[in-house]
Amino acid sequence: MIKLLEHIGRYFIMLQKTFGKFTKTSVLQKLIVREIDDLITGSLGIVAFISFFVGGVVAIQTAINSDNPLLPKYLVGFATRQSIILEFAPTFISIIMAGKVGSFITSSIGTMRVTEQIDALEVMGVNTYNYLIFPKIVAMTLFPFIIVISMFLGVFGGYVACISGGFSAHADFIEGLQLDFNPFHVTYAFIKTFLFAMLLATIPAYHGYYMKGGALGVGKASTTSFVWTSVAIIVMNSFVTNFLLT
Amino acid sequence: MIEINNLTKSFADTMVLNGVTTCFDQGKTNLVIGQSGSGKTVFLKCILGLHQASGGEIIYNKAPLSEMSENERTLLRQDMGMVFQGSALFDSMTVEENVMFPMQMFTNSPIDEIRERANIAIKRVNLINANEKLPSEISGGMKKRVAIARAIVMNPNYLFCDEPNSGLDPKTAILIDNLIQEITQEYKITTVINTHDMNSVMEIGEKIIFLKDGEKKWEGTNKEIFKTDNVAVTDFVYSSELFKKVRKVYLEENE
Repeated sequence: MIKLLEHIGRYFIMLQKTFGKFTKTSVLQKLIVREIDDLITGSLGIVAFISFFVGGVVAIQTAINSDNPLLPKYLVGFATRQSIILEFAPTFISIIMAGKVGSFITSSIGTMRVTEQIDALEVMGVNTYNYLIFPKIVAMTLFPFIIVISMFLGVFGGYVACISGGFSAHADFIEGLQLDFNPFHVTYAFIKTFLFAMLLATIPAYHGYYMKGGALGVGKASTTSFVWTSVAIIVMNSFVTNFLLT
Repeated sequence: MIEINNLTKSFADTMVLNGVTTCFDQGKTNLVIGQSGSGKTVFLKCILGLHQASGGEIIYNKAPLSEMSENERTLLRQDMGMVFQGSALFDSMTVEENVMFPMQMFTNSPIDEIRERANIAIKRVNLINANEKLPSEISGGMKKRVAIARAIVMNPNYLFCDEPNSGLDPKTAILIDNLIQEITQEYKITTVINTHDMNSVMEIGEKIIFLKDGEKKWEGTNKEIFKTDNVAVTDFVYSSELFKKVRKVYLEENE
């Protein structure tokens, strides 16, 4: 327990230092562009692929499990939209990103630690927290755009699966998609996506920055970072849902 | 000049440095030698400010490190160059970008001027046709040269090297040693080198301090190390038969 509190304390000290002395703007701009490319653009493919097919599976599962004639036909479209906007896109994709982006952040910073590159930056007088972590935080503020794409492709995947598999008619699915639409659900999804993005940028960075050991240590830190980022996302999801939807 | 007064450093209950006092002069290659685990790297990291000393004083040109504000420390660090044991080059940058990096971070010079100065430093360490290569594409000796070029590009007053010739073949190791010594004298830098390479000790050791179990056991020059009867030093430096013979021949010739 004391160890956990120590980690939490050190994590917040790291955040404070990240927003301490800023790196030169021209250098920072280049770093941010590179991080956007690595963390956001580099994740589009996998997010699109997973969203489309999982959206399809969600729609098929709903259709198969709701074949009772008393249930309205628009239910498949409605359930697909709600599952994807409320949970699948923001939470499920964030956990996938904890594996993809999180491991990348931990291993890249961890490798810099092992090869003394962080020490080299410190000796030069660079605020290594700001130089290494701040660009990642800025890049991850674009994470909600990934989630928009995920939402769209998830619903589209559901539509394609239902129509091509004959599980629902076009009109029924579209009616379900439009039924009882509450725009706040999208706002709620973006609020939590933004919070998850901050966790995704900072928890793996913490594990990379403070890692110990050699190459094996980098591997261990990546695994630990994935576990703790996922735990933090789930806990945050629970709090935010309780706070915003109840 | 760097003065070290009664420097101590401990980690939990383990005392790693115990009251080390010495002085590193400007324009000289100052060597810190000792067995693995003797506290050399911790000593260097304390001087650099990467480790907080548990006690004692580190004084840079009459300014104590412990009394410096965060800004003063940052300015001091911009006046330091460091060559790490593993070179610590930035993997994602080319050789030229690595050398340009400190200037890009801390000067407002135009990019052409930065590039020109970086190329002067690259040329000074005799690196040819390597500007566009990544660190993963060059040899260990070349990496050390790039690290030295990056360390001197800001014209620092202090140069620190942690085992600069470890992992290099004897010929390249001597070239790197000579390069560091030439640069030290040319730019009048205060250079501190951690090493356990005995060739370096004999070749460039203008001032040598010997650490054992975190304590300074001896200090002198590369000439004096031949004549010393300090058992701790002779046990370490002349542990091989070759160096015992070298010492014997030296003493016979200089009697």
